[in-house]
Amino acid sequence: MAQTEPYITADGRQIGGVLMDMRGITLRFGGVEAIKNISFDIREGEIRAIIGPNGAGKSSMLNVISGFYHPQDGEVWFRGEKRKPMKPYQVARLGIARTFQNIALFEGMSVLDNIMTGRLTHMKTGLLAQAVWKGRAEREEVANREIVEKVIDFLEIQAIRKTPVGRLPYGLKKRVELARALAAEPKLLLLDEPMAGMNVEEKEDMSRFILDVNDEFGTTIALIEHDMGVVMDLSDRVVVMDYGRKIGDGTPDEVRNNQEVIDAYLGVAHE
Amino acid sequence: MLAPADGGPVNLPQLLARNVARHGAKAAYREKEFGIWQSWTWVEAAEQIDALAMGLLTLGAAVGDHIAVSGRNRPALYWAMVAAQRIGCIPVPLYAEAAAEEIAYALDHCGARFAVVGDQEQVDKIADVRDGLTALEHVIYLDGRGLRKYDHAAMTSYADVQKAGRASGLIDVVNARSAARGYDDTCVMLYTSGTTGRPKGVVLSNRNVIETSKNSAEFDHLRPEDEVLAYLPMAWVGDFIFSIGQAMWTGFCVNCPESADTMQLDLREIGPTYFFAPPRVFEQQLTNVMIRMEDAGRFKKWLFHHYMAVGRRVGPLLLDGKNVGLLDRLNYHLAKLLVIGPLKNTLGLSRVRVGYTAGEAIGPEIFDFYRALGINLKQLYGQTEATVFITQQPDGEVRSDTVGVPSPGVELRIAENGEVFYRSPGVFVEYYKNPESTASTKDAEGWVATGDAGFIEEGSGHLRIIDRAKDVGKMADGRLFAPKYVENKLKFYPNILEAVVFGAGRDYCTAFINIDLTAVGNWAERNNIAYSSYQELSQHPRVLDMILGHVTAVNESVAADPMLAGCQVHRFLVLHKELDADDGEMTRTRKVRRRIVEEKFHDLITALYGGAAEVYTETEVTYEDGRKGKITATLALCDAVVAAEHKVAAE
Repeated sequence: MAQTEPYITADGRQIGGVLMDMRGITLRFGGVEAIKNISFDIREGEIRAIIGPNGAGKSSMLNVISGFYHPQDGEVWFRGEKRKPMKPYQVARLGIARTFQNIALFEGMSVLDNIMTGRLTHMKTGLLAQAVWKGRAEREEVANREIVEKVIDFLEIQAIRKTPVGRLPYGLKKRVELARALAAEPKLLLLDEPMAGMNVEEKEDMSRFILDVNDEFGTTIALIEHDMGVVMDLSDRVVVMDYGRKIGDGTPDEVRNNQEVIDAYLGVAHE
Repeated sequence: MLAPADGGPVNLPQLLARNVARHGAKAAYREKEFGIWQSWTWVEAAEQIDALAMGLLTLGAAVGDHIAVSGRNRPALYWAMVAAQRIGCIPVPLYAEAAAEEIAYALDHCGARFAVVGDQEQVDKIADVRDGLTALEHVIYLDGRGLRKYDHAAMTSYADVQKAGRASGLIDVVNARSAARGYDDTCVMLYTSGTTGRPKGVVLSNRNVIETSKNSAEFDHLRPEDEVLAYLPMAWVGDFIFSIGQAMWTGFCVNCPESADTMQLDLREIGPTYFFAPPRVFEQQLTNVMIRMEDAGRFKKWLFHHYMAVGRRVGPLLLDGKNVGLLDRLNYHLAKLLVIGPLKNTLGLSRVRVGYTAGEAIGPEIFDFYRALGINLKQLYGQTEATVFITQQPDGEVRSDTVGVPSPGVELRIAENGEVFYRSPGVFVEYYKNPESTASTKDAEGWVATGDAGFIEEGSGHLRIIDRAKDVGKMADGRLFAPKYVENKLKFYPNILEAVVFGAGRDYCTAFINIDLTAVGNWAERNNIAYSSYQELSQHPRVLDMILGHVTAVNESVAADPMLAGCQVHRFLVLHKELDADDGEMTRTRKVRRRIVEEKFHDLITALYGGAAEVYTETEVTYEDGRKGKITATLALCDAVVAAEHKVAAE
């Protein structure tokens, strides 16, 4: 996969240049090396999967991308610029949004309010102006609400718009979390196990939505997922991690035939 | 007679023009989108319709072409139907949930050159069968989501067609074409779902639609200020008459829900004044209310039951304008304040002035519940071939066991064998490309056979329907067998969703039962009964016990009727799957296809008439996406308690 020129995929999507470049990332927690010198890139418009057995360091890698963890070694390049160590909200402003492995929504708030929080980084009026809610604050709220409503329409959750999130079943909560991430209109969307714990039908729905997001908005997506069928169907390229190392990188077919990957999944004694 | 006697409008485009002149600035259509009710006045709607009509001209639509319309209820799709009429074409609404083959059959049968559809789902369905459809030239879609990469050679978005139409300036052609449409020209073609055989294309003329709309609107004093919620399938004649015929005749506003799931919420927000629903919708609402009341605290529960009892006693009397004592009046007011008012508001029925139910018999308990709330819920009896109306109940003469008196302009006749015949201005023109069926249904004098057996009640003059004429049969010992009569009694229990009774030519009757997953599932939860699937729940011993109780009670009530006492259910089983239109077991309007059920579950019927205690069966099912699968189950065969028959003395 040395190709760096923009190209069109078999299903007609435009894949652009490199959006995010991870160069030699190493992340340690005390003496434990969670990520060992990993490099890979994410290209504009693609669906990039990160897979690997439990404890391989996938979520840690996602946390590095989202700016939650700061790697001890290595560089993160985003849109052609080297990213300085940042707070998560600064990363969010760069256009990176994410969902969590364990759903992190405000349970007592309605679906609508939860998704509105996804717009926070786009709101400029201050606390006081928002409390008075006149003039600019009101106009801003209306404009943001419009975007949120489009997301609600897109993910087909109109019927639960006013329902408190705490009352929703798990599969729908996952969808609301995706909605909140989408509301931020991200350039890069990070999904941490979007299909964990779902039944077949919910997985099919979620896959459909992920493909549609990518297709309609051209959003670049990086996802972690355990369901191999889903990963192989959805993604353009796959990074395989095991024990903090990168053991494979390429198209689903290349990865599927990689001996190291097969060993990692079927289990081979580690010396 | 070529035109109405009063020189009124002779086609729907003329009605539209009249509404633009009369009610121009009044809301004609509303649709909730992006969380907000968007509305269009009659003037705006007419502009949208014209733009699409001109757009269709640019695509080459010729006079007499059929234009298929398919999707969920949306203003733009209603406009498409009127736009078709504007340019002398015939709209053919199709069931949005229909399987691809069903859609293919209709498109092929009417030779539609154009199809206006809602979204990707409909586009995909047509794409699946497009190879076999030589006539179909162009598909126009409303919602472009997911369609970006499709080949657009023979596909355009609705907005683009309108844009091309506006640019074309062909309005004179449009006007000339609509002016040429006469009173007896075709207004619309609707496919009947048909409980037997292939669907038939019922051709309705402008006369059928306009006279029926006028008569029925006057019967119920419909006003331009009325509001309806359009949520029933657009392919169903009822929706065509309510949301297009009557709406255009009276000029009232048609509201379209945001999505199928939000119907209940949207109903509440709109608060329609004129409401139509099949019994199933009312049943569902009532079941939900009852389930939620079960979860309420003891005081609230007491309050609910106490004041609903007051409502049941007094509400229907007040609705019928009968004398009610002062104390009862006061009590009812209190009930309205504390229970009935808030409940009606929650159900979205606060403003209903006229409510109708039809299609199936409605259970007396359900009917009485809504009447107790002070909702003027009435029954009507009709069919596609009659442009809906055959009989309906006038205000003040509402009962659950009749379907009312003949609608204005309708004549009724009961044949020797009990079959109901009618003649009216709404009687259809013909079945499209099917003269044999037309001839066997409609005679030279215009009398149409309904296929239902019934009688006119002495005294009140109301029609009572017993059953489908061809389903009424004889048992082995010669006694009358009327399956629907027993099935309806069974279905009136909230736990029973569907029932099919067998017994023609047999010694005794047996039944298939479908449990209602919402009601029984809730009951199971309440009683700590664990289950993992519909199938498992359906065969749970305690569920079977509960159903046995219902069957026994029904048997007792059936035994009380000397004419039908032979129809008591002796043995029954609870089916492992819901009867489903996708599997062909029901029509799209959810009527059981008895013959198909009989064929498909032939082994189960044999088992019911055998002596075994259980039976193993394999059933083919069709998933929503058209794939087929197989489910297997072992079903318990239950013996019911049969009541002693009341012997009629001195017969």
